[in-house]
Amino acid sequence: MSTKRLIGIFAIGAATVAVIAIAGLVFSTMGTFLVKGLPNITWQLLSEAPRNNNTEGGIFPAIYGTTLLVLVMSILGVPIGTITAIYLNEYTRAGAVMPRVIRFAVNTLAGVPSIVFGLFGLGFFVQFLGVGLDKTFGNTEAIWAKPALLWASATLAALTLPVVIVSVEEALKNVPQEMREGSLALGATRWQTIWKIVLPNSTTGILTGSILAIGRSAGEVAPILFTGVVYSLPQLPDGISSQFMHLGYHLFVLSTQSPDVDKTLPLQYATTLVLLMLTFTLNFAATFIRSRIRSKQFR
Amino acid sequence: MSKKITETKIEANDLCVYYGAKQALHRISIDLFEREVTAFIGPSGCGKSTFLRSINRMNDLVPTARVTGNLYIDGVDIYHSSVDVVELRKRVGMVFQKSTPFPKSIYDNVAFGPRLNGITDRTELDRIVEESLINAALFDEVKDRLDSSAMGLSGGQQQRLCIARAVAVNPSILLMDEPCSALDPISTAKVEELILELKKQYTIVIVTHNMQQAARVSEYTAFFYMGHLVEYDKTRKIFTNPSKKETEDYVTGRFG
Amino acid sequence: MEQVTTPSPAQKHSFVRKTNNIGERIIERCVKIIGGVAVVLIFLILLFVLREALPLLMGAFSQPRTAQSSVESSLSDTLNLKPEVYNPDVILSEHQAPEEFAPEVYNPDVSVPATILAEKVNTRNEADGDHITLANILGTIWQPVSTMPKFGIMPLVIGTAKTTFVAIFIGAPLGILAALYAAFFAPRRLREVIKPMVEILAGFPSVVIGFFCLLYVGSALQNLFGFDFRLNAFVGGIGLAIAVIPIVFTITEDTLSAVPKSLLEASLAMGATQWESAYKVMLPAAFPGVFAAVLLGIGRAFGETMIALMATGNAAMVSTSIGDPVRTFSATIGAEMGEVIWGSAHYSILFFLGVLLFIVSFTLNAVTELFVKERLAKKLQGG
Repeated sequence: MSTKRLIGIFAIGAATVAVIAIAGLVFSTMGTFLVKGLPNITWQLLSEAPRNNNTEGGIFPAIYGTTLLVLVMSILGVPIGTITAIYLNEYTRAGAVMPRVIRFAVNTLAGVPSIVFGLFGLGFFVQFLGVGLDKTFGNTEAIWAKPALLWASATLAALTLPVVIVSVEEALKNVPQEMREGSLALGATRWQTIWKIVLPNSTTGILTGSILAIGRSAGEVAPILFTGVVYSLPQLPDGISSQFMHLGYHLFVLSTQSPDVDKTLPLQYATTLVLLMLTFTLNFAATFIRSRIRSKQFR
Repeated sequence: MSKKITETKIEANDLCVYYGAKQALHRISIDLFEREVTAFIGPSGCGKSTFLRSINRMNDLVPTARVTGNLYIDGVDIYHSSVDVVELRKRVGMVFQKSTPFPKSIYDNVAFGPRLNGITDRTELDRIVEESLINAALFDEVKDRLDSSAMGLSGGQQQRLCIARAVAVNPSILLMDEPCSALDPISTAKVEELILELKKQYTIVIVTHNMQQAARVSEYTAFFYMGHLVEYDKTRKIFTNPSKKETEDYVTGRFG
Repeated sequence: MEQVTTPSPAQKHSFVRKTNNIGERIIERCVKIIGGVAVVLIFLILLFVLREALPLLMGAFSQPRTAQSSVESSLSDTLNLKPEVYNPDVILSEHQAPEEFAPEVYNPDVSVPATILAEKVNTRNEADGDHITLANILGTIWQPVSTMPKFGIMPLVIGTAKTTFVAIFIGAPLGILAALYAAFFAPRRLREVIKPMVEILAGFPSVVIGFFCLLYVGSALQNLFGFDFRLNAFVGGIGLAIAVIPIVFTITEDTLSAVPKSLLEASLAMGATQWESAYKVMLPAAFPGVFAAVLLGIGRAFGETMIALMATGNAAMVSTSIGDPVRTFSATIGAEMGEVIWGSAHYSILFFLGVLLFIVSFTLNAVTELFVKERLAKKLQGG
């Protein structure tokens, strides 16, 4: 009996320790970055370009580049993900072959390492589509056949796609089936039902799901390594065919490739905090919208 | 009782419905008459709802459903390949057991169908909405708050709103799938009153668990049991002098 | 009700007229096509990663190449615009192609101008030499940039295995135990805190985790265990564990909550304690799901780039100690692809590593999807 109790204490204790360890991890990382990063966030940092081989100045181009990247990625990825989810949830039956194949592909896609997406972006977008575009337009020098904001965004959109699909499908499932039937019984077509009943009633879910997915990939560096990011730019990107700077990559370069890592430590902390703020703002925004709307939807 | 000439509106001929391998309806043959209320009664799972849903082909939405035999509306076989389901459903309105107002304003709920038909003129829409709400005996209660959400209405009001929504597309048939089962007695009385009013314009088929209700609102009653149509006759006859033993057992409450 | 509608016969039968709703059909078709994009994407990824790796594979399994064959394969390399034809002869015959770009993408006539080709061939010959044999690839030395490049992937295999092992060894138990705690032992209030906390952890970009390991974990562990190197397999493994924990936690937690509550109640009713029910009844019932969680965790640790790049020390060495620096597959790609000459042997072998990563992740996922999840569904729903 007493050994059994001992094991019990140990069992519960182990689980408790695990939670404490995770909590410690979360708080120590967040705490460190807040304490060390916050004092270094200045207007100068947020508004100026890096100087002197990235060791001085600000990180504005990286903020700008990251934002642009996230925007273009969302424009490319969210509609496609939403339409796929609509197809899966509204046009197919659960047991049919096609949706099962697609679901398998979506899950597989979610498990493909991000660096492989990077290789894919380089091989497909830059080397295949880019070269093709340049040929088509008769460009004598490479305009598209080189890493660019567009290709990085497209690569990141591909990476984000499975997450968007899954969360949008979740949102669509929350629309009661009776509502679809009600609409169909009135003589609405399938698409009219989707457009006028299903989508308006799942906008919030689609929005929050997409924002969460985007937030996850906003900080991803591996997929953009060879598809468009650079560590230093003379000027801001002037179009989707330009290269760009990125907060995550900037942090990577500063902390590992910089000639004097210690000198730029304040800059690194600040960059980390800005990056975290970007991703967590997106997360919190999504959570906030969700909680706000959930309370007033469906009575 | 003034005898009026009854015309066949809906005619089923050896209609069978299968869900996968399971047969839900066995060779149903029945004639339902124009501008009459016909009630379908029977224990749960007897196929009465299945038959109702095959009249506007809502069963098409069930992936494994299969239909054999014929079902004619105004002499047209609605399972013929030339029939457009969407157009059919505009002619055959349906009210569900669970009231299903869309989370939109009362006005937009009623205007939903007409808008599908391409009516965008505001005065025309206003007219249709008002008329439909009057027909559904709801207008007086909601005329001051047409723009407020339909989700704020009471259960009975929601169900009448669904009726208004259904009549707004000007169907000739109204199918009602246990429209009062979720309502309190007062709301039920209102809806029943409404059904009697509506039968002047529409052919109404109502599925109900409540035998008093069938007796109160319907002219004809069909008794379904285990996927078979056991008996179909004047309501009065079904309830007072049924010709089949099962029917008698059911209406007298011996089972079901 | 004065408005008595008497439908005219035409109106009566209007539903017979099949409205050829073209718009509806176009939309439906579009939705269906776009719906398949995920499947297409999988194939494209495999195709295009494989395509860049292919020249190497073709050469790798033959004898050391002659100068001629080297030229051929590098030529075909360069012509990335033409995926379906792999015929060196055709390409060679196009060698004198006019120096203008034709409009069509797929036209085999379109080739990179001869001058560029020549350039590529030159750089290619300098860069790779003729050493890409199977023996070379299976060798123990990874020295891609040298006059005698060596592409032995064994150190990378060992490095990846070591970090993945450490990550799972630490991350999986933590994730599973925390999920158990959240599901069975935590007071309600606390449970509401644990989940968002793990979500925060999941929200950390991997580059931030890498940075954290680089700055703190490395030194801390060096002081603790006296490692010779500040950044090593163990540090990298811990970084990867941080990335693995949220995955394992989330999936385990989902599965545990999918196990019918009645099972827990039945166990408790038989006099089992809370912890006995959790560990001996609920956890085994959810086992396939927990297994799936661990598999997906392995996939994540295996393929993670930035953490591995920043925290493992990045030395491709063959050693059994977890205190030595290592270099993983993905970190190698991440670190070297930037400086590589497009189309060179080094470039191809990096893509080859990508193919391996893809195959492993695909297999892990297929096992989870087809084997584990099926089994879980059966277990929980009977049958």
